Amino acid sequence: MTAGEPLIRWDWVLSHLGDIAQRLGEHLVLTGLAVGIGFAVSFALGIWIARRPRLYAPVTWVTGILYTIPSLALFALLIPFTGLSLLTAEIGLVSYTLLILVRNIVGGIQSVPPDVREAAVGMGYTPLQLLWRVELPLALAVIIAGVRVATVTTIGLTTVTALIGQGGLGFLILDGIQRFFSTPLIVGAVLSVGLAVVADGLLVVVQRAATPWARGRS
Amino acid sequence: MNGSTNLGATVDFRRVTKRFGLGRGGPAAVNDLSLTVPPGEICVLVGPSGCGKTTSLKMVNRLVEPTEGQVLIDGQDVAQVEVTALRRRIGYVIQQIGLFPHQTIADNVGTVPRLLGWPRERIRRRVDELLALIGLDPARVRNRYPSQLSGGERQRVGVARAMAAEPPVMLMDEPFGAVDPIVRERLQNEFLRLHRELRTTVLFVTHDIDEAIKMGDRVAVMQQGGYLAQYAPPSELLTNPANDFVARFVGADRGLKRLSLMTVGDVKLSDATTARQGEAVQAIRARAAAAAARHVLLLDADNQPLGWLQVERLPAEGVADVGGADPSSPVFTGETTLRDALSMLLGSAVQTGVVVSPSGRYEGVLTLDSVGTALRAATSRVTASTDGASSGLATHEHSVQP
Repeated sequence: MTAGEPLIRWDWVLSHLGDIAQRLGEHLVLTGLAVGIGFAVSFALGIWIARRPRLYAPVTWVTGILYTIPSLALFALLIPFTGLSLLTAEIGLVSYTLLILVRNIVGGIQSVPPDVREAAVGMGYTPLQLLWRVELPLALAVIIAGVRVATVTTIGLTTVTALIGQGGLGFLILDGIQRFFSTPLIVGAVLSVGLAVVADGLLVVVQRAATPWARGRS
Repeated sequence: MNGSTNLGATVDFRRVTKRFGLGRGGPAAVNDLSLTVPPGEICVLVGPSGCGKTTSLKMVNRLVEPTEGQVLIDGQDVAQVEVTALRRRIGYVIQQIGLFPHQTIADNVGTVPRLLGWPRERIRRRVDELLALIGLDPARVRNRYPSQLSGGERQRVGVARAMAAEPPVMLMDEPFGAVDPIVRERLQNEFLRLHRELRTTVLFVTHDIDEAIKMGDRVAVMQQGGYLAQYAPPSELLTNPANDFVARFVGADRGLKRLSLMTVGDVKLSDATTARQGEAVQAIRARAAAAAARHVLLLDADNQPLGWLQVERLPAEGVADVGGADPSSPVFTGETTLRDALSMLLGSAVQTGVVVSPSGRYEGVLTLDSVGTALRAATSRVTASTDGASSGLATHEHSVQP
């Protein structure tokens, strides 16, 4: 960075508002896709293994390995197969959501008190009714808590996908680094953090609205 | 309800054995159990932990499947009925209640009717009716969540939920085991009152012999290894335990326990010398002398007892007045159990209790002697009846249940 240069140049920000909004939009799409697909995969996996405790350990082992692979290395490994594409980005991002989401979906279902389950079965709930009407509603708070963590993590991680040409707020950060120009770097970082905070807040609201029974205990 | 008098079903265990473990080679949890619960009765399964009582209960709604033998409801083998359809016809109450925390009280109570596809409006009416029946104000609790109710209220809701679709059979697994003794006693009494109206068949599991004696029309005492030690009405269990195990299980105080099965109404009352408020003392003194009575019971114009007059202390002349009467003796109705009556008699100075009708009118007096006489008579009656019957299933009525 050049000496005497201010940390942030507002005139640049004002003249690049459209560009910044576009990057923000890209970031949202990348994150939304990753969390959405990750949730769908985890939901299926979670329901499958919630009733098969023996599968829980291997599945968390695999998702745990995925979680520990450094994102740059993962992208580098994938590029020979899927190129510098959205698919490459999403494979990486989705992989990182699985550990958190599967764990919370299974944990949520398993946290349903045994007496509640026994009463439901004893009154004649079918296994499917038990899942949809009792287990999932009661697991909702834990599941949404998992979605919150996954979302916040993914928003941060998505900045890396700029390296494989997928835009997002990471593009601004990369741009700042390459040009020794701090303004876009700061804008990208602050927006990424802000987005995470807002998304987390929204999910808290969703969680409270979805679990009215957890409020107003006397 | 709605005037239905006997919607209970007969429940039949036919040579039922349950073994757990791989290949079912494990020790039997329930061993060759045969017993019949007549429609509309409360059958209590009681015994120490590990005696197979809960396992037996769960074989009725097929939460546990028997290894051998059959369970029949009104003659139909439960194994032949589709399992969810079977369970929706059987009320189920467990100790931890298992209310759905995410549903309102109304939704909880309406669970089985909803599963059965009742119209919404019918469910709503049934829920309100049940809440009122169990003594909860529908307007107050309908839209609350279980966590907002007290333990006793939650337990009542659990019972209401089990009764919602008018099941011919109810299974209750230690339903009042998790509440404090005062609430438990109230819940027991409420349930007995409900049962007198509904007359559904109830299988009730407890490890508490006092609860078994209080709640059961018949009591099945089970012992370790899943053996049925005795199946009999409570009074017979107490008078004629089938073996040492049952005798020890019902306790050395079984003679006292029998007192809770009998009420003041079962005892032949004595008559006291009575006096009317405002009556001349000379007449009262003459009557007391004739009966060799030292105390006279003072009644008001409506025959309601006011207290005891001590004959020696009556004024020389004038009229009897409530001011001189000592109201300290215990007052019973025909519904008071002999256990409570005896306890109050022992605690009072006069050891004579006044028995009144439900409207408070004098009916007679109860003394320690008359309690003893009634107990001796009941013992000889039970002994005679069981000596006559070769099977353990005696036929005489359990005296608490009218």
